[in-house]
Amino acid sequence: MTEYTADEMMTVAAARQLRDGTACFVGIGLPSTAANLARATHAPGLVLIYESGCLGAKPDRLPLSIGDGVLADTADAVVSVPEVFNYWLQPGRIDVGFLGAAQLDRYGNINTTVVGGDYTDPKVRLPGAGGAPEIAASCGEVVVVVRQSLRTFTERVDFVTSVGYGSGPGDRARLGLRGGGPRTVITDLGVLEADPATCELTLTRLHPGVTVDQARAATGWPLAVADELATGEPPTADELAVLRALEATKRTAR
Amino acid sequence: MAKLVSLADGVAELVRDGDTVALEGFTHLIPFAAGHEIIRQRRRDLTLVRMTPDVIYDQLIGAGCARRLVFSWGGNPGVGSLHRFRDAVQNSWPVPLELEEHSHAGMANRYVAGASGLPFAVLRGYTGTDLPRHTTNIRPIECPFTGETLTAVPALRPDVTVVHAQRADRAGNVQMWGITGVQKEAVLAAQRSLITVEEIVDELEPVPGQVVLPGWAVTAVARVPGGSHPSYTQGYSVRDNEFYRAWDAISRDRDTFTDWIARHVHEAEVPA
Repeated sequence: MTEYTADEMMTVAAARQLRDGTACFVGIGLPSTAANLARATHAPGLVLIYESGCLGAKPDRLPLSIGDGVLADTADAVVSVPEVFNYWLQPGRIDVGFLGAAQLDRYGNINTTVVGGDYTDPKVRLPGAGGAPEIAASCGEVVVVVRQSLRTFTERVDFVTSVGYGSGPGDRARLGLRGGGPRTVITDLGVLEADPATCELTLTRLHPGVTVDQARAATGWPLAVADELATGEPPTADELAVLRALEATKRTAR
Repeated sequence: MAKLVSLADGVAELVRDGDTVALEGFTHLIPFAAGHEIIRQRRRDLTLVRMTPDVIYDQLIGAGCARRLVFSWGGNPGVGSLHRFRDAVQNSWPVPLELEEHSHAGMANRYVAGASGLPFAVLRGYTGTDLPRHTTNIRPIECPFTGETLTAVPALRPDVTVVHAQRADRAGNVQMWGITGVQKEAVLAAQRSLITVEEIVDELEPVPGQVVLPGWAVTAVARVPGGSHPSYTQGYSVRDNEFYRAWDAISRDRDTFTDWIARHVHEAEVPA
């Protein structure tokens, strides 16, 4: 069997989450890699929407930024930034939003703003919100992709940049958030899904070779584990070949 | 009608100490040359506004031009953190930097309100996040028709907006295409505007997807070929991804940064 890295497994698992024919709001980095992998394998009809205003982009190489020329050149339409947020995201036209996180709690609330200290004097200043708060609010569902560790999977996030399920069931409705929230979290160890009753992220699948104890040790709260814990399929030879070819385009990009 | 000016004259006349200045451009068409001219002219105490403060604002912040930053995402896209921005926030170097932080949707709508002559914009946004705790510029508002609670953010009205575009004609009509981001709204929201262009032509030939800013809605136009580098100008140049990667090492250390600004900005040869 072909060797692969934990990051490759995470990217492949994230790509598999995307259904053909849906519209996906894509951020740069791993989400963009996963979305393009999906489009090049099982989901050729996946509609990629970048916040730079590119609707239906079909890049043949991985963009380094969300505004790379290849996205505009291959898009069905290029619209203004106010339009992408107001006409496309806000009314709920986008099925899936892909988000990363510096910190994540058990209800899928996300921090990408500051870590440690307080807001005006943080230990680490991160980039901030970008499009994430409204992506988290308005997409049909959210898929979070994040490496699982005690640093990222925290009991409390230091700052709520994007709301998951708030403090539990009913919070999204109370806040008037119309999208479905973070149904799925893909990590380098496995897959977590929000429990329909408690909204708590629950480990439902491990990547091949990963143990429950490893997942627990990388989680800053008592991790909920599904009764029927599945083991995911390793990347296929085709998935790996396409992923590596895509990654290679990043290194040779001008 | 827009005046055709040199970059140095345009910045000298339109960008003043203490101004609220927006340099916009979403990855594409970022007005780097104009930012460098602001550094060369040693502007101080600016309130810098930009959705995505990236390398150009890292340079302006590190050079000590800014007192305040109004933004929604501060990073080096695809590379990592902005070290000068972080140093200013975490260590007040070279001067303290006050932050007003938003989401992209909020910032985009604030420009729309400014361009529309409205005092505020309304959107579904920010709800449940910690962002409204840190600024009074994000507030709930009740819809007078449905009673629903929405979010209001005040209009952005920069003293001056600076953008880069592909070309202009001699009457100062400006044409841009490709990813045009929030530039039209940012220019129309501002009291004054300076637009750098790759070339000045006799006649603007229509291009699919173009945005045209009429000369009478623009204050000044300066011809600055390559004025978006290391960002890019569709049809004229490609993004210099290597520079964005290299910036990470250049900007990490204060001395290396200061030396880079001295050599590549203050001592740069500027065509008239």
